[in-house]
Amino acid sequence: MANRNEHFVADFSEDSVVVDAVRIDDRPSNLWYDAWRDARKRPMFYISGVLIVLVALVALFPGLFTNVAPNDNCQLANSSGGPMLGHPLGFTRQGCDIYSRIIYGTSTSLSVGLIVTVMTTIMGVLAGAIAGFYGKWVDAVLSRIGDIFFSIPYILAAVVIMSVFSQYRNVWVISAAIGFFAWPSTARVLRAEILRVKNSDFVMASTAIGVSRFTILMRHVLPNSVAPVIVITTISLAAAIVAEATLSFLGVGLPSTTMSWGNDISQAQVDLRTAPMILVWPSLALSITVLAFIMMGEVVRDALDPKARSSR
Amino acid sequence: MSGYILRRILQAIPVFFGTTLLIYFMVFAMPGDPIVALFGDKGVNPATAAILRHQYHLDQPFIMQYLIYIGGIFHGDFGTSFSGQPVGNILAQTFPVTIRLSMIAVAVEMVVGIGVGLVAGLRKGKWFDATSLAVSLILISVPIFVIGFVLQYIFAIKLGWAKATVSGDAPFNELILPGIVLASISIAYIVRLTRASVIDTASQDFVRTAYSKGLSRNRVVRVHILRNSLIPVVTYLSIDFGVLLVGATVTEGIFNVPGVGRTLYQAIIRGEGPTVVSFVTVMVLIYLAVNLLTDLLYAALDPRIRYGK
Repeated sequence: MANRNEHFVADFSEDSVVVDAVRIDDRPSNLWYDAWRDARKRPMFYISGVLIVLVALVALFPGLFTNVAPNDNCQLANSSGGPMLGHPLGFTRQGCDIYSRIIYGTSTSLSVGLIVTVMTTIMGVLAGAIAGFYGKWVDAVLSRIGDIFFSIPYILAAVVIMSVFSQYRNVWVISAAIGFFAWPSTARVLRAEILRVKNSDFVMASTAIGVSRFTILMRHVLPNSVAPVIVITTISLAAAIVAEATLSFLGVGLPSTTMSWGNDISQAQVDLRTAPMILVWPSLALSITVLAFIMMGEVVRDALDPKARSSR
Repeated sequence: MSGYILRRILQAIPVFFGTTLLIYFMVFAMPGDPIVALFGDKGVNPATAAILRHQYHLDQPFIMQYLIYIGGIFHGDFGTSFSGQPVGNILAQTFPVTIRLSMIAVAVEMVVGIGVGLVAGLRKGKWFDATSLAVSLILISVPIFVIGFVLQYIFAIKLGWAKATVSGDAPFNELILPGIVLASISIAYIVRLTRASVIDTASQDFVRTAYSKGLSRNRVVRVHILRNSLIPVVTYLSIDFGVLLVGATVTEGIFNVPGVGRTLYQAIIRGEGPTVVSFVTVMVLIYLAVNLLTDLLYAALDPRIRYGK
């Protein structure tokens, strides 16, 4: 009888308890740190990283990569000529050095990409954050405005804007024309993410201890929703570079006096039958740059998505 | 379901008016006086100018001009091009060609994109998968006009397998090369989408069940995996439509295809602002309608999606 009331007590070992091995010196798990560690394992990260740094250097210091001035020494005697000593890629129809034009055209393409990206990120984050966080009629209004801009393919919209501003074509106008219609995708992605984060326990906890709505948005919600925006940013940079070239190809891009890859490709199409390489070289520069940014976008997306990480 | 359709159409109304108003406003802001331009080098006759201004409603305030324009669209009047031809007529001539071109492009996208994506997804991590992923990345990075020029140079100019420029009545066989070029961007996305979808479906329980009840691999892939993987691909086609519109402008410009895109391309080159705008407006309206239709079709295709309230 007395036995039944006794509690069962397991054998107790006097030795120290061994739990699953935990290394105390490990950094605490954190999305950005994990992503960084994951990205560094992938060769694509290094390939695209080196390419991006190289393109940026070319854009900032073109003089380091060529000592031929792009337009000074154009001689019609060299028109559509093949490679020569000091002119590795040959000459354009006007007898200008192709390699030098590509080097000096880099900054145009990259500037358009950067300006568009900064613009779409600012507009998209503002619209997406306000719509997602404040909800109700603010969301309804902002989302419909976004729909309006989203429903026009942005290259077609840019065609109209560039036709309207045919007198004022420069890097800023073309960037604005592209960016003005490209921001809704950023806004949509951020809005969806904020709707998810908004209902987390830590947001409720902040509300409970009386933190103001604005502070909650800036300190807690936004930093936790920004990951997909970063992925979109990398890809939109690539898309903007292509958009600039496409507009130049269509004839509503930058004026022909501005050096840009798009203009070079556009001008080379006349000589496609006789001298196709004039078209190939700037296209190659454009494609490699775009590829670098798209690859970086893929690496960042995979690194920031824990699901993709575990399945790989 | 009918409630969803109604709500979706109601949502499309502000988008329709917002979009057209936006484009119309941009034209309104366009520098230069079109009536003065009509007189060319001759001096402007004020009386004739006034009559013309009245005829084109240019003496009305902006919002009235816009309403008259919208009213015209509902009567099937899409405005008049620079040369005096109604945009509606030009559309009627050029649209069949562009539809033919797009059909070839979509067919190529579906066959190549889904085929490659399916094989890559079933052999995840093997060399075919790796190669198709790498090739699709490169395809995404090369702008469509570069692909167009390169294929035109190789297949039309060097090899002579196809015509470099399409003839006036745009027969089917001459549209194959432009169709492949037009398809090239979307193929990459469809391959990646199909691949991801196939990988996802292949790990589902019902696929394991299908195998364990003794079905052949061929039948499991065809009936169980492929069919269930196609839903996201079908949805993509609606997004794809915008890509097709822009792509058609470039492709038709390169291959001289007498379609909607080339008309737009030439209007841009010649600086015919009003024609450009009326064409872009029509394209955007078609785009809106197609998007609405695909959303509704999507609901009909996938019985799991119930649009309640």
